[in-house]
Amino acid sequence: MSRDFDWPEFLFLLGALRWTVVLSLIAFVGGGIGGLLLAIARTSSHAILRGIAAAYIGVMQGTPVLMQLFLAYYGLAVLTGIRIDPWPAVTLAFTMYAAAFLGEIWRGAIQAIPRQQWEAAAALPLSPAAQLRHVILPQAFRIAIPPTVGFLVQLIKGTSIASIIGFVELTRAGQLIVNVTFQPMIVYPLIAGLYFVLCWPISLVALRLERRIDATLGIKQHP
Amino acid sequence: MKYVFQFGIVWDHLPRLLDGAWLTIRLSLGAFALGFVIAMLLAFLRTAGPRPLRAAIAAYVEVIRNTPFLVQLFIIYFSLPAIGIRFEAITAALLGMSLNFSGYATEIIRSGIEAVPRSQIEAGYSLGFTRLQIFRNIIVFPALRTVYPALASQFVLLMLGSSIVAAISAEELTAVTNTLQSTTFRAFEFYFVATAMYLLMAIGARLLLHAIYWTVFERARPVQQPWSR
Repeated sequence: MSRDFDWPEFLFLLGALRWTVVLSLIAFVGGGIGGLLLAIARTSSHAILRGIAAAYIGVMQGTPVLMQLFLAYYGLAVLTGIRIDPWPAVTLAFTMYAAAFLGEIWRGAIQAIPRQQWEAAAALPLSPAAQLRHVILPQAFRIAIPPTVGFLVQLIKGTSIASIIGFVELTRAGQLIVNVTFQPMIVYPLIAGLYFVLCWPISLVALRLERRIDATLGIKQHP
Repeated sequence: MKYVFQFGIVWDHLPRLLDGAWLTIRLSLGAFALGFVIAMLLAFLRTAGPRPLRAAIAAYVEVIRNTPFLVQLFIIYFSLPAIGIRFEAITAALLGMSLNFSGYATEIIRSGIEAVPRSQIEAGYSLGFTRLQIFRNIIVFPALRTVYPALASQFVLLMLGSSIVAAISAEELTAVTNTLQSTTFRAFEFYFVATAMYLLMAIGARLLLHAIYWTVFERARPVQQPWSR
């Protein structure tokens, strides 16, 4: 006996959408903190710090997120000696993933600030930390906003693969509903629609911010 | 922590992992080729086609880029059979990867097309070229050179993203790893080695793509062109 797809099922999906949002936000904030540290390390004058940050970013961007997720899941299980529940594994994996991407985006933003800004700040004289905090980062921040917002979309979509290790977010909830309703033709396109409703406005905001920043920096728009 | 790592068992199963990696590479190349052809066509029509078609292509690109690959894959593999369209797992994987890639590539190629100076296109018109001739003879080469780096990193993303097709059990590297770890109970070791294999493939792809850029776009350039500045 199978159930029909109706309001309760739809509400279940909406409830699960909340976990997609929560997971994305945790990873975004945690990854933001890690990414800032990585970006600073990556642009520092300390060669070893630079090397470590570059290696971390290279490995995280050169391997599939799904593999990172499996490694976090089974790695934590190895460390603690028990099969753990997916929550800590998915938050750890997506935070580390977000840190690498945001670190790389922000490195680019920091390096886009002309050398003379550093020199002028040093001439004031500000300490290296104060140069970074009061002169470089505020300017880099503006350039970094559009790609950062764009990455949020990538992150939200990426969290769908948490379903593969059994974390119940939107995609996993969709699979569960399909298992009881046998209506994949309704459920999966609906799931795609829900992601779209979540992601598209963010994409539009990112695009608009990008155009505005290009305009203030005097970069010519394509006709 | 009493866990003892045993990588020997991974070594015993290396041939199967390599088979999986080989399928990952073939899938990625196939999806790149198919997706690239679709994207070239869509990018051309997106810039030179009739207005409703342009809007439809823009919508396609937005839908692909704002929904998860995994869900796109589920629609192809689980939803379409409900209306009588059935694929093997491997075909569904290839199709899903191609369509997904085409969405991103269309947007990338479009940006390259729009970066070609207007005056060159007008020069083409004044020579009596048709739109297709202008596209083929004036736009394509410099446009592709402009966007080559973006397309190249999109290819690496395509290859790494292919691990997700394990969810519909196409037997590529990730799916093979899943099978092996569940029969040997050495999950961490297998995933660790598979991850390293992906990393090597990604590095190899980047080096190869760089070499291709050099042969196609740098060496083939007889004189400095105005758009290369």
